[in-house]
Amino acid sequence: MEHSFVVAIQILDSTIRLSIPLMFACLAGLYSERAGVFDIGLEGKMLAAAFAGAAGAAVYGSAWVGLSLAIVVSVFLALVHGFASITNRGNQIVSGVAINFIAAGTTVILGQAWFAQGGRTPSLGGEQRFTGVALPFAEAARDIPIIGYIYAELISGHSILVYLAFFTVAFTWWVLFRTRFGLRLRAVGENPAAVDTAGISVTWLRYRAVICTGILCGLAGAYLSMAIGAGFVKDMTAGRGFIALAALIFAKWKPVPAMFACLLFGFLDAVSIRLQGSPLPIIGPVPTQLMQALPYVMTVILLAGFIGRAIPPRAGGVPYVKER
Amino acid sequence: MSESAIELVGINKSFGSVRANKDIDLNIKSGTIHGIVGENGAGKSTLMSILYGFYQADSGEIRVGGKKVAIASSNDAIALGIGMVHQHFMLVQNFTVLENIILGAEGEALLNSSISKARSELRRLEKEYGLDVDPDAIIEDLPVGLQQRVEILKALYRGADILILDEPTGVLTPAEADHLFRILDQLRAEGKTVVLITHKLREIKAITDSVSVMRQGAIVDTRKTAEVSVEELAELMVGRRVLLRVEKGDMRPGEVKLSVRNLTVVDSRGVKVVDDVSFDVRGGEIVGIAGVAGNGQSQLLETISGIRAAVSGTVTLDGKPIDVTGAADPGDLRDRGLAHVPEDRHYVGLVLPFEEYENSILGYHDRAEYLNGPFLNIDAIRADARMKIEQYDVRPRNERLKTANFSGGNQQKIVLARELEKDPGVLVIGQPTRGVDVGAIEFIHRRLIDMRDQGRAVLLVSVELDEIRSLSDRILVMFDGKVVGERSGEATEGELGLLMAGIDGKEAAE
Amino acid sequence: MSVPYAKLPGWADYGLIPLINVIVAFAVAGLVVLLVGESPVEAFGYLIEGAFGRGQNIAYTLYYATSFIFTGLAVAVAFHGGLFNIGGEGQAYVGGLGVALIVLSLDTVFPWWVNFPLAILGAALMGALWAFIPAYLQAKRGSHIVITTIMFNFIAASLMVYLLTTVLKPPASMSPQTRTFAEGGQLPKLNFVFDWFGAAVRSSPLNISFLLALVAAFLVWVLIWRTKLGYEIRTQGFSPKAARYAGIGETRIILITMMISGALAGMMALNPVMGDSNRLQLDFVTGAGFVGIAVALMGRSHPAGIIPAAILFGVLYQGGAEIAFMMPSISRDMIIIIQGLVILFAGALEHMFRPSLQAMFASISPRSGAGEAAGQKGA
Repeated sequence: MEHSFVVAIQILDSTIRLSIPLMFACLAGLYSERAGVFDIGLEGKMLAAAFAGAAGAAVYGSAWVGLSLAIVVSVFLALVHGFASITNRGNQIVSGVAINFIAAGTTVILGQAWFAQGGRTPSLGGEQRFTGVALPFAEAARDIPIIGYIYAELISGHSILVYLAFFTVAFTWWVLFRTRFGLRLRAVGENPAAVDTAGISVTWLRYRAVICTGILCGLAGAYLSMAIGAGFVKDMTAGRGFIALAALIFAKWKPVPAMFACLLFGFLDAVSIRLQGSPLPIIGPVPTQLMQALPYVMTVILLAGFIGRAIPPRAGGVPYVKER
Repeated sequence: MSESAIELVGINKSFGSVRANKDIDLNIKSGTIHGIVGENGAGKSTLMSILYGFYQADSGEIRVGGKKVAIASSNDAIALGIGMVHQHFMLVQNFTVLENIILGAEGEALLNSSISKARSELRRLEKEYGLDVDPDAIIEDLPVGLQQRVEILKALYRGADILILDEPTGVLTPAEADHLFRILDQLRAEGKTVVLITHKLREIKAITDSVSVMRQGAIVDTRKTAEVSVEELAELMVGRRVLLRVEKGDMRPGEVKLSVRNLTVVDSRGVKVVDDVSFDVRGGEIVGIAGVAGNGQSQLLETISGIRAAVSGTVTLDGKPIDVTGAADPGDLRDRGLAHVPEDRHYVGLVLPFEEYENSILGYHDRAEYLNGPFLNIDAIRADARMKIEQYDVRPRNERLKTANFSGGNQQKIVLARELEKDPGVLVIGQPTRGVDVGAIEFIHRRLIDMRDQGRAVLLVSVELDEIRSLSDRILVMFDGKVVGERSGEATEGELGLLMAGIDGKEAAE
Repeated sequence: MSVPYAKLPGWADYGLIPLINVIVAFAVAGLVVLLVGESPVEAFGYLIEGAFGRGQNIAYTLYYATSFIFTGLAVAVAFHGGLFNIGGEGQAYVGGLGVALIVLSLDTVFPWWVNFPLAILGAALMGALWAFIPAYLQAKRGSHIVITTIMFNFIAASLMVYLLTTVLKPPASMSPQTRTFAEGGQLPKLNFVFDWFGAAVRSSPLNISFLLALVAAFLVWVLIWRTKLGYEIRTQGFSPKAARYAGIGETRIILITMMISGALAGMMALNPVMGDSNRLQLDFVTGAGFVGIAVALMGRSHPAGIIPAAILFGVLYQGGAEIAFMMPSISRDMIIIIQGLVILFAGALEHMFRPSLQAMFASISPRSGAGEAAGQKGA
């Protein structure tokens, strides 16, 4: 098979792997922000979940226990954010910043105290990780030119969480536009007073939204430390929570575009890793730093309104206060 | 028809030290339209919010259909068959009519069947009450009259037997208001109970069966509408006989001070909100602009005072042009003698967290008398503020108090003192007495007349027709962004009302 | 009529509430220490010992505080203008570039006292420039400044890594940093101050940029509360509509406010780059930009609050090192937790303790409540 084709498949394959945490985190942000609660604490929740997942898996020997713990911890932090921004009507940006720091510090301190490996968790293996699952007939299809190869190499062989991420995109779309919960969620992000006067609790609705955010950040973190990686490393999210936020804006708070935005940013990441400074055809050498900065630059350009307009949910960032 | 729909017994509600509702007893008969009138801040909205579960009363009892009930949330109210049409519509702007109607009353977890159920129910309601509206239209594309209809439909869809409307005509043209009244009539005929909250006495007379008057948090009287006159109601409302005309001498018009020609302003959606407006204001006269709220008066004020840009037209001040289509600067205009008392004093005319003295220079903060080079001359500013507080009888007399802690009337006096004390040639003023207590109203009106008598030009915008009629030497009526008529200060209410509805006087006569 | 809310006395608003916030933050941090199996009381002892135990420790504490005063002021100035500048980290990083460019070209030409003012300008200009773009996009295009400044932090990081690994690094060197500055690029230390008190300090990074920070704090106070520009900034911050009405240009205020904010953040770079390490290194900001958020929130955006808050964080950074040394199971990341908790309690949860305090004060002095009511009625 042609070399460039194989390379392309490899890059796309790592695009998928690198997009998954973004996709979970981006959808996580979508639930919260669509409900009118801004969340720049995606990073912290992911990080805490990555730690909790890896620690749980290491201690109990099961990836599923790790995943559950990741979700529990992430939901807890989401509830802290909810308590600050919904119940106490605090500044949502400030609360998000706080959670990022608390997560960054706590994961290292606890990691060091429990495992004494400089803040890392022990390496995970076997049952402690989410390893690739071969889809049916993947091996048999490998020899079919192009399509079979793509099926075997690109589509098959990912961890269960990868498939779950794509399913979550579709599921989120369905929830948002086809269910009562989704209708109310969208409404509360646009005009909470309308929701309140319709006899629905704004507080409870927003709490449910941030819980969804917590669950998905939990999945994002678990994927980082237990599927793509084999254990927790200090600060392993490395800004992915913010890239996810950028992707959310890029996607104008819609689930399917969110998936594409995450794939795009994942692709940029994959390319920059693959290149490591080696020259691109036609363009020539591109500094890796430029590739790394590109998602942020693109988001700024989008925010500047040069390519379409990203209008956030109208009630976003504003605590709801009943008016007389 | 004589049984009670709602009974309130001994309702009390305080916010901090303010008693918003005092010992309210009220009995509303089923199948009637009951009006509740009162000035702004009389406690009407608080009372209705208690009934709708938005607030809980501190004490007292609510009975619906004869049974004692507890209304802890809007949900409870809805379950008891109480529906509310809020003054500010509770609609999600980017949802369709249908989505708005089912919100909170979806029935089941999935939307498909609830939407189709709502669609057929909507058709039924449409027929029964003449409430037609396109179920798939997006709310933000609908005119306010239709948005209000959606609010009524929302309540009916939830099976409301008792419908509360809070100041429903504030945003409507007289024609739309008439249509609303026909709908209310229809509702009454179907056996529904309607509670109409308003401060417009004409509406009370036009549509209600009985009426309660509120003043300072208490119900001062409840009467059969047929047995009470407008004058009586007005007296009950304000507590003493109102002076309908402000004492003023004859007008001595001077030079044209402010001249507006073919002014056109569009809003962010590209809709013409001020459409080819022309008029003059001379020294020594008050020109009033009447109109239902939302017909372009606000934008006209903002454009003349340099806050909003026009797309075309000219405005001249003392014969010299103002760059209204470009970079007109409110600061420059102040220097040229144009003072502006804005409609919204809370967020425009004042900075509420500021101390009083800081607000006393807002807009004049770059005047030499308040500055030492780039620095503020704090002593001079405070002394100046104290002087204005004296002259305008602002209470409490403390220039170091946070502005938010002054009452509405005193806040308005702070703005007036600031704008008038610079002796402007032209005053542009919007809703001068909105949310202001009766005592302060007289004071403010007196000041405006004084300005006029000193040969200044005053442009007054108000939605209170009485205020316009009692102060103005000439009245312009705005409708849908256009000036649709000009009348003398002696014009009758009926005449102006027709113009405000967009109906030309002559047409109506034919 | 607005719901009257009982006012707190000034000392409670500016003293008691921040104090309660810090105590709660420390209490929660103490729980983490317990969880790790150490004694919070002992840890607190090490913290104080580490921060104040000897002259040298105090010098370190103030060295850290210097950086935090700058970044705290940066955040505070933006707050007054109604802007949330979360990009102090990036602005400080790029500010370092301004310092390095000046010093690298002039350190062998002029003495430090000529280069210092130039470096201040360089740092301030670069910081202001890095804040200008988000400010411009906010003012002209309505882009949310919180998001753009976050993005600019990451862009700054990439840019600086690129520059330090390519053009700024001496050709022969492997490590991503500039050459060491010559004497003309080194700020004098303040050790002599400790000598006056008889506390000999052998080596500490505390340098004269600490004094610059104090001057900056005073100037910020003058700017915000005593100048016309400050009046305009506060008007814009409280109510953009009122600013427009008063003829205060929104674009101008957003741009100026953010550039002052960015300049202050940029000046933070003087302290570590010119005052301590004497070279530009990767990641020299080490989170000081974010600490600025905590400092500004705790100091309630007032310089008189920001200086003590910055010193508190200086204590945490210096004393935290002592804890890490004495208790190996507690690394310096403990500081990050406390920082997060302070931001949480002083910032996001600032309303949590207020109602109960207000109720308490109202019950102690019923007369203040009555005065309020009279104020409401009087007209």
